[in-house]
Amino acid sequence: MLIAILVLILLALIIGLVLGFSSIKFKVKGDPIVEKIDAILPQTQCGQCSYPGCKPYAKAIASGEADINQCPPGGEDGVKALAELMGVEYKPLDESHGITKPKSVAFIDEDTCIGCTLCIQACPVDAILGAAKQMHTIIEKECTGCELCLPPCPVAVNFASLLVQSIALQWRLLKKMPKIGNGNIPFIP
Amino acid sequence: MLENYLLIMVSTVLVNNIVLTKILGLCPFMGVSKKLETSISMSAATAFVLTIGSMTSWAINHYLLEPNNLVYLRTLTFIVVIAAVVQFTEMLMQKHFPVLYKMLGIFLPLITTNCAVLGIPLLNAQASYGLVESAFFGFGGAIGFSFVLILFASTRERLEGADVPEAFKGSAIAMITAALMSLAFMGFIGLDR
Repeated sequence: MLIAILVLILLALIIGLVLGFSSIKFKVKGDPIVEKIDAILPQTQCGQCSYPGCKPYAKAIASGEADINQCPPGGEDGVKALAELMGVEYKPLDESHGITKPKSVAFIDEDTCIGCTLCIQACPVDAILGAAKQMHTIIEKECTGCELCLPPCPVAVNFASLLVQSIALQWRLLKKMPKIGNGNIPFIP
Repeated sequence: MLENYLLIMVSTVLVNNIVLTKILGLCPFMGVSKKLETSISMSAATAFVLTIGSMTSWAINHYLLEPNNLVYLRTLTFIVVIAAVVQFTEMLMQKHFPVLYKMLGIFLPLITTNCAVLGIPLLNAQASYGLVESAFFGFGGAIGFSFVLILFASTRERLEGADVPEAFKGSAIAMITAALMSLAFMGFIGLDR
């Protein structure tokens, strides 16, 4: 009887030690699923998914709060990759969040820019360089093409009529377009 | 020697299949077989737990219980050991396969209550197998479990699209399928001579 109790206590002790040790060893920092989803998302930080950025959207997907088809910049390929990662059925992109556009970068027409810094404040990735009353410029490597700098620009007229000359912020297709020279009307994707 | 191990493997996979002949572990068999992918990952997790579980319970039975004449504590200690192994597997998975961990969800801790996982170590102890034999028996049982689980999941995926009479739709036809598979596996007893 006594030995039975002793044996059980010994067993519980060993198991407790092993489990306690492994719980320290295999501790999970953060949420690895969020990291993996975040790696698939395009990091445009454009907010079209109705979340403030890619990471919050990744968190929302991981917690099951958001669907996987709310990221237009990621496109169909992004949705497919997410569906595979999460082990759910693929579903087409939800077009109420926007449509997939070719990847582009912002381009500041330096003749018309008035240096108001509004686009700098809007940029989620700090890709616009400039100061008040100074001309701004885009760091092309950093620009994600989220278009968030377009609405605040006071000299950019209607986005639909971007071809009008008095535009400060314009868009250029990445890679497909050569650099736009002076006086050329830029190609608007 | 090797022949002996092979015989154990074949007999546990086909002749004494834990699910269809011994009728153990029916909970995950019916529960996780709706989708082929989850059933494959469930099989992998169960295989891991079964192999490690049968080895550790062999060690406990051999070094702790039998020398102290405590064989009557077998069921109790085995349950505790298996629960610990499942906990360990869970931690390992959460760290290294987080997506799989999320996909399996509640079924991972439920491996603890999978009677096949308790049944195999108990059968091991009854047959007084050695360490390697126990491991082979556990692994063979796991292979048998995975084999029928994957077969059954594939069948059920086909059944989704089949023209099943209204009264038999869903779980009913799944039960009938399981019964027919069980009958078929009973036929393997003829191998044992």
